[in-house]
Amino acid sequence: MASKPRIGVFICHCGENIAGTVDVTGLAERIIDYDDVTFSTDYEYMCSDPGQNKIKEAIEEEDLNGVIVAACSPSMHEETFRSAVEEAGLNRYRCEIANIREQCSWVHDGDGSKPTEKALRIIKGAVEKVKRNIPMEPVEREHSDKCLVIGGGVAGIQAALDVAEAGNEVVLVEKEPTIGGHMAQLSETFPTLDCSQCILTPKMVEVNQHPNIELMAYSEVKDVSGYIGNYSVQIENKPTYVDPDACNLCGDCEDVCPVNVQDEFNQGLTSRKAISIPFAQAIPSSYTLDEEACLGLNPLRCSKCADVCDADAVDFDQSSKFIEEEFGAIIVATGYDLYPKEKMGEYGYGQYEDVIDGLQFERLLSATGPTRGEVRRPSDGKVPKDVVFVQCSGSRDPENHNSYCSKICCMYTAKHAKLYKESVPDGNAYVFYIDIRAGGKDYEEFIQEVQEEDRVLYLKGKVSKLKKVDGKLRVWGMDEIAGERMEIDADLVVLAQSIIPSSEAKDTSRKLNLNLGQNGFYKEAHPKLRPVESLTGGVFFAGAGQGPKDIPDTVSQGSGAAAKAIEMLSKPTLTHDPQVVEVDEDLCSGCGLCISQCPYDALEVNSRGVAEVNEILCEGCGTCASGCPTNALSLKNLTDEQLTEMIHAQIGD
Amino acid sequence: MLKSVIKMEFEPKLVGFLCKWCSSAGADLAGVSRRSYPSNLVPITVNCSGRIDVSHVIRAFRDGADGVLVSGCHPGDCHYTSGNYKAWRRVALLKHVLEDFGMNPDRVKLEWISATEGDKFAQTVKEFTKEIKELGPGPYSNVKERE
Ligand SMILES: Cc1cc2nc3c(=O)[nH]c(=O)nc-3n(C[C@H](O)[C@H](O)[C@H](O)COP(=O)(O)OP(=O)(O)OC[C@H]3O[C@@H](n4cnc5c(N)ncnc54)[C@H](O)[C@@H]3O)c2cc1C
Ligand code: SF4
Ligand code: FES
Repeated sequence: MASKPRIGVFICHCGENIAGTVDVTGLAERIIDYDDVTFSTDYEYMCSDPGQNKIKEAIEEEDLNGVIVAACSPSMHEETFRSAVEEAGLNRYRCEIANIREQCSWVHDGDGSKPTEKALRIIKGAVEKVKRNIPMEPVEREHSDKCLVIGGGVAGIQAALDVAEAGNEVVLVEKEPTIGGHMAQLSETFPTLDCSQCILTPKMVEVNQHPNIELMAYSEVKDVSGYIGNYSVQIENKPTYVDPDACNLCGDCEDVCPVNVQDEFNQGLTSRKAISIPFAQAIPSSYTLDEEACLGLNPLRCSKCADVCDADAVDFDQSSKFIEEEFGAIIVATGYDLYPKEKMGEYGYGQYEDVIDGLQFERLLSATGPTRGEVRRPSDGKVPKDVVFVQCSGSRDPENHNSYCSKICCMYTAKHAKLYKESVPDGNAYVFYIDIRAGGKDYEEFIQEVQEEDRVLYLKGKVSKLKKVDGKLRVWGMDEIAGERMEIDADLVVLAQSIIPSSEAKDTSRKLNLNLGQNGFYKEAHPKLRPVESLTGGVFFAGAGQGPKDIPDTVSQGSGAAAKAIEMLSKPTLTHDPQVVEVDEDLCSGCGLCISQCPYDALEVNSRGVAEVNEILCEGCGTCASGCPTNALSLKNLTDEQLTEMIHAQIGD
Repeated sequence: MLKSVIKMEFEPKLVGFLCKWCSSAGADLAGVSRRSYPSNLVPITVNCSGRIDVSHVIRAFRDGADGVLVSGCHPGDCHYTSGNYKAWRRVALLKHVLEDFGMNPDRVKLEWISATEGDKFAQTVKEFTKEIKELGPGPYSNVKERE
């Protein structure tokens, strides 16, 4: 404090809540003798309008430059009193609260004079703090209004649409030739069984047509620098060798292309050509030439597709485009993958053609899939009459696979069994499960229906082994309820493979400096209270990349992340709590120890060899200040000097 | 007057460094639910338990405290993700330092108390007060000095 401290202490009775236990009048009389306290009073309810007016008047009349309100917890009225002193012309940090209710009067009732003595100590500590508080104003920064969305699954689609609707420009980056993600591969969706593509494709079209959305498919984020509000991002747009504006989807190129490769969209159940489109309603609506599969982009080598294209859309001369843009916020929606069947030793390491995973079964069920929605097994195209579904394959098995629950497999397995029974009414469906987890809205009813009306046989127990015996897939399992071992000879086995984070998550987390949890999913800023924010300011999460999720949860989180981004982008400038760390350059030896202490990457050793704080990134925990060997760092308004004097005031006599 | 109090019973002076997000909120909850505990401990709320270092605790002892409590969010729950792990390490180190100085390391206590653990806060202060009463005055105790 530049001028000599003149502190006023205002002691609240809180009716009888404080005054019934603490001698408030006595306190006011005693504290006036304490160093730098020039005014003190007590009043029935300090938080009331008359109470606040007393503070404002005293600031003026007594020329106070610091205020202590000894009352309830700062979580109740700190804001009230700080606003009041601000109205009287003082900086808000000239006011501190001494908590003498929750942490004193309410817990020491009937202790005679002890609570009064304790309250006095608490107040003295607060006086020592407030007289050393510096005035602070929120730190302000300009920011970009644009939002980057990484990943074009349903999470990224929802987020992009919401942000765009709010009036902000969005760039949506998708690594595949089309947006839609896994939802585009699904047949029908639990629990209502609406057709997945029918509800998804209108949203995909909307993304494509929205004036505020720039869709960059077949693209990749190469590099990210900067911080909240001001991220500078480099994006690579890979060549598709087809001009999307010219391509009219006739498909002639596909017919003449001589190269067959595994079709990713159909989960390898069929093949596609080197020039192809993932599915008819793909967005962007255009063919893509797979550079690696193509016989050679040299017209002398093949060039069949270019020759046959009436629209002249094929262009072998395309090359990668690099775009550099500024973004205020980034939404990460990179989604999930399935735990590979090849890792399931107990189920044949993925070597049996008729042991498939959940997504492959979705493609078999899908009207646009390789069998046009008829359930036919991959090996010989026969309709399977005995189908075994294995839940928790790779989940909830800490010894061999993943320890966590993948959350959605109970539901999609029930859906699979139901759709199978509808397709093959005389077939038998068996489901092996550990528990049924159906916590969503209308989910339990769905399971009941599958078990009772669709007559799917649910067997509680694990499948220990699976092997090919006499042309059938023999499944060894346990029926714990009957207490019997089971052996089923199946025509088809569907493994509900564990949901794992997208293979891209590691790379993305490195580029954006995000944390991954122990299972590799993105780690949110707070598991309960900040579930869509990352610890990196201005970066938000949506969808299954943050943890296994079904579509309703994914879409909610997409909207949640969008709301957070919009909240941030709609502010004219970004403000930040000014209680951050500052560096005393004379003391700093440039050792850099603080850098590793900071959870927010807010510190660096600058070109002059001293620590520098990025005030936008610093959250003000003060951990670095306590770890600094030369005491060069101090947390504003909770400096070592303040702490020392508070300790002295509260403990010393 | 103090003298006679000491003769009756030693009333230790304790400082409690509480992080604002969890432990101070837990102490508030103890208040809201009227869980009474001895008034020996005077709280100092800090942003995070990671703000507390060895020198602050030593300072409290030098000023006459008989015991010091450092309390933060449970591991994994720190508002700033990891400050409590740093506090954990620092307190462990501090206990060695105290031993080197011939002080009983039990005069420092580290406890994880969440915002929902009002009972635990009250119980912790009760037990800590009792433990320090049994240990007697600390080396710089200003309660003892006055004897
Ligand atoms: C077999 C099965 C059946 C299911 N059935 C249902 C059901 O009936 N009902 C239901 O509610 N849910 C169901 N689900 C769950 C549903 O699939 C998910 O909830 C949903 O797809 C998650 O969407 P997402 O956008 O988070 O992730 P994804 O669908 O995985 O989308 C992520 C997108 O991001 C892209 N991407 C990844 N990394 C990058 C990068 N670095 N740069 C650019 N782009 C990137 C990917 O290419 C992809 O397009 C099922 C899941 C499975 C496995
Ligand atoms: S106070 Fe915390 S957030 Fe700020 S620079 Fe130091 S360690 Fe980082
Ligand atoms: S905020 Fe409670 S320990 Fe860090």
